[in-house]
Amino acid sequence: MALDIFDRAEKEIDESRRSFLKVSAAAGGGFMLALTTACATTDPTDGAAAAAAPAAPAAPPVDINAFVAIAPDGTTRIMAKNPEIGQGVKTMLPMLIAEELDVDWNDVQIEQGDADQDRYGFQMAGGSRSTPQHWIPHRQVGAAGRAMLMQAAANKWGVPLSELTTQPSKVVHAASNRTISYGELAADAAGLEAPDAETLTMKDPANYRIIGKNVLNWDSPRIVRGEPIFGIDVEVPGMKVASFQKAPVFAAKVASANIDEIKALPGITDCFIVRGQTEDLMGLMDGVAIVGDDWWTTNKARQQLKIEWELNETANQSSASFAQKAAEMAGQEPQAWIAPSGVDADAAAVATKASLDSAAKTIEAAYAYPFLPHAPLEPQNCTAHAKADGTIEFWAPTQLPGPGIQLVSRTLGVEQSDITVHLIRCGGGFGRRLSNDYMVEAAAISRQAGNIPVKVLWTREDDIQHDPYRPGGWHNFKAGLDADNNLVAMMDHFVTFGNGERTASSADMNAGEFPRDFIPNTAYGRSMMPLGIPTGPLRAPTSNAVCFAFQSFIDEVALAAGKDPLDFRLELLRQGEEPAPGRPAFSPARQIACLEQVRQRSGWDQRASLPKGTGMGVAFYYSHQGHFAHVAKVKVEQNGQWRVQKVWVVGDVGSHIINPTNAHNQAEGSVVDGIGELLQQITFEGGKTVQTNFFDMPLIRMNQAPQMDIHFNITDNEPSGLGEPALPPVLPAVTNAIYAATGNRVRSLPLNPAELRWA
Amino acid sequence: MAYTLNVNGQTHSVDAEADMPLLWVIRDKIGLKGTKFGCGVSSCGACTVHVDGQPARSCVTPVSSVVGKRINTIESMQETPIGQAVQKAWLDVDVLQCGYCQAGQIMSATALLASNSNPTDADIDTAMAGNACRCGTYKRIRAAIKQAAGVDTADKREA
Repeated sequence: MALDIFDRAEKEIDESRRSFLKVSAAAGGGFMLALTTACATTDPTDGAAAAAAPAAPAAPPVDINAFVAIAPDGTTRIMAKNPEIGQGVKTMLPMLIAEELDVDWNDVQIEQGDADQDRYGFQMAGGSRSTPQHWIPHRQVGAAGRAMLMQAAANKWGVPLSELTTQPSKVVHAASNRTISYGELAADAAGLEAPDAETLTMKDPANYRIIGKNVLNWDSPRIVRGEPIFGIDVEVPGMKVASFQKAPVFAAKVASANIDEIKALPGITDCFIVRGQTEDLMGLMDGVAIVGDDWWTTNKARQQLKIEWELNETANQSSASFAQKAAEMAGQEPQAWIAPSGVDADAAAVATKASLDSAAKTIEAAYAYPFLPHAPLEPQNCTAHAKADGTIEFWAPTQLPGPGIQLVSRTLGVEQSDITVHLIRCGGGFGRRLSNDYMVEAAAISRQAGNIPVKVLWTREDDIQHDPYRPGGWHNFKAGLDADNNLVAMMDHFVTFGNGERTASSADMNAGEFPRDFIPNTAYGRSMMPLGIPTGPLRAPTSNAVCFAFQSFIDEVALAAGKDPLDFRLELLRQGEEPAPGRPAFSPARQIACLEQVRQRSGWDQRASLPKGTGMGVAFYYSHQGHFAHVAKVKVEQNGQWRVQKVWVVGDVGSHIINPTNAHNQAEGSVVDGIGELLQQITFEGGKTVQTNFFDMPLIRMNQAPQMDIHFNITDNEPSGLGEPALPPVLPAVTNAIYAATGNRVRSLPLNPAELRWA
Repeated sequence: MAYTLNVNGQTHSVDAEADMPLLWVIRDKIGLKGTKFGCGVSSCGACTVHVDGQPARSCVTPVSSVVGKRINTIESMQETPIGQAVQKAWLDVDVLQCGYCQAGQIMSATALLASNSNPTDADIDTAMAGNACRCGTYKRIRAAIKQAAGVDTADKREA
């Protein structure tokens, strides 16, 4: 379950969805769509090289305030509205428009839109929401365009609209054996009113030519040639580069620094203290900026930098102190019992305790997982020009530009309307670039350096040590079985982080977490300790942690009940009710189908023949509207060395897999990412992050990536996203397999091979 | 110090300190942005280039150490048959997600295929061990290397 930032974002999306339709109506009857007789073929906003280039020379006679433009030669430009972080939306969203427009994909040119909520609606790469939010509106944009082109042809030929059809990029009148290209019709179509949404005829999915076909990511050819399209590659005329030294202890202030000595170093053009604030740990922080002509020189100058920091209470926080506090809390009553609205949480706790007291058998276990960083491979960077006229222009690799604009506006006192953001392809996101600290940093430095354009680039160490981390957490479980080995009660005391009444970002759990509502008694309690370290959503936020704990403990309960772990999950799921139609929700039936499918594909029922040291584990999870079930096969050597040999993934994300090659790629990446999360950790000492780079915060390598079998169950539900939901079950599927292979139960991450030895 | 470098078959004169890493000379002095910065400590492989045909991590290679050597970057890969085959395989297999590591992956893959036209899974594991892909596209990188080599693309590791 996604919480925190996604809840807020969802609200904004809902609002933007309304504004989308409103704006559309203003454009002439229902759609944000314009057809024009000329098309810019160079995208002035797309990528770094173009940033320095003049705007596209082709001068369209009509202002394009929309998604689609068709040139006389048939070239069809489709705008990609959401940030591209490697999840493939720059290609996938235009596919939806192109399908209903019925344009030949070879005629399509995709261009990245700037941040412009009035024009495009809410723009975000997050929450796996691009697919569900655009499945209908984007196809409507395409269908409106097709209808207008057909109307233009009907007018031109003087034939009834009903006699016309389309083939890719052309309108066909079969009765007279005539065809005319979209390019030839574009000028006429541009003069027509856009049709009403109610009148549109959408394609029969059986006739799809683009949706469901493998489409190569639009930028791939440029990437394999090494063309400069990432944030780090941005060059702006007159630009300087900057390194920024923030406090190792979060939000500590600069007391003093040897600014003059740094300024005197060769190649350094400026050096100054930037004054930040302390309320928002992902906002502008105090630090020292070093500005110069090349980044290696500015970064090297940091070695000479001497800063006295004015420390704060966070300096007393450490992983050891967190663990000690968590152990104390685990021995006490939870600070609060939590339950979905309408459920009396305290009464549920009383009933659950009574049920546990009378259970024939109880199982107890404590689980823990650490803080994690995002570590996208492209270190954080941003180019900003805070101009003398008070406006600011950004070239920003961000997942969420809207809040970035708001952050800059309130921190630097600039009107939001005076801020322009060009969206630049991100070298990975994983949630890191939902925070926009690098934007406000770059703008502040640009302004203070004398209103010159500045590119701020972080080191890997900066990136690892200044991250909105996935928070660590502790789950203290107790379950009760009746005399027939049915699970009748389950309790969790979740120890997490929060200040006052609020959990830290991404540090909460879903009060309705499975198996609530599937067994007679559940009680979830929560205790929080204060935290001075920033946290935030990491791919599948909260789910990536909670799923590990819950799906591992469910495995323990299954085995204590003497049941097959997959059968036991099916048994529990069959005790639940299907959700009411309407809003997307967890469906036991869809989840059961995924489990049955993965049982077949993985050969689960034949696993008894595996040699000792090799085992299979199963897990399932529902998040981001996706139902997933995984089986992992793991081999563990007697010395504890282990390798995931294969992972079977079965997911249900609805009726269509829009771009199958990309969908599989996302699921494959989720498997690798999940295995990585078993090995990684961030720890703190004296309020500082201990880890620094990839040698102490390892990424999975080629030899560790398993074989994979990815399958999607196609169901009659609206399509949903794939950036996240395939990840959560990976962790418990693997650790449950390790148990099956060795008898060693992994209850604490990161995984320690020494604890996996078997004889 | 002035250095004369041979990058992608062209001679470049650059003014740089002796310890300036080749990565930053390539990116900021010569202006070729395809070679990427990921870690700065030879830990991720995003900065991989060829020095006299061998893969090298340019982020820890001082410019003073490569004078007189043949340096090749991602921007020159389309000029060699192996580079073309690898780039084509990368597109045919549709390898990439964010794409940030892929220049380094392609440089390591082309160096592997230049010395080994029939790589096994173990050969690939060894040759590519220094290149991290945060998005986790390893299955496709493995398949693309084999496809570029013209061998069976199946993963033959124990599973």
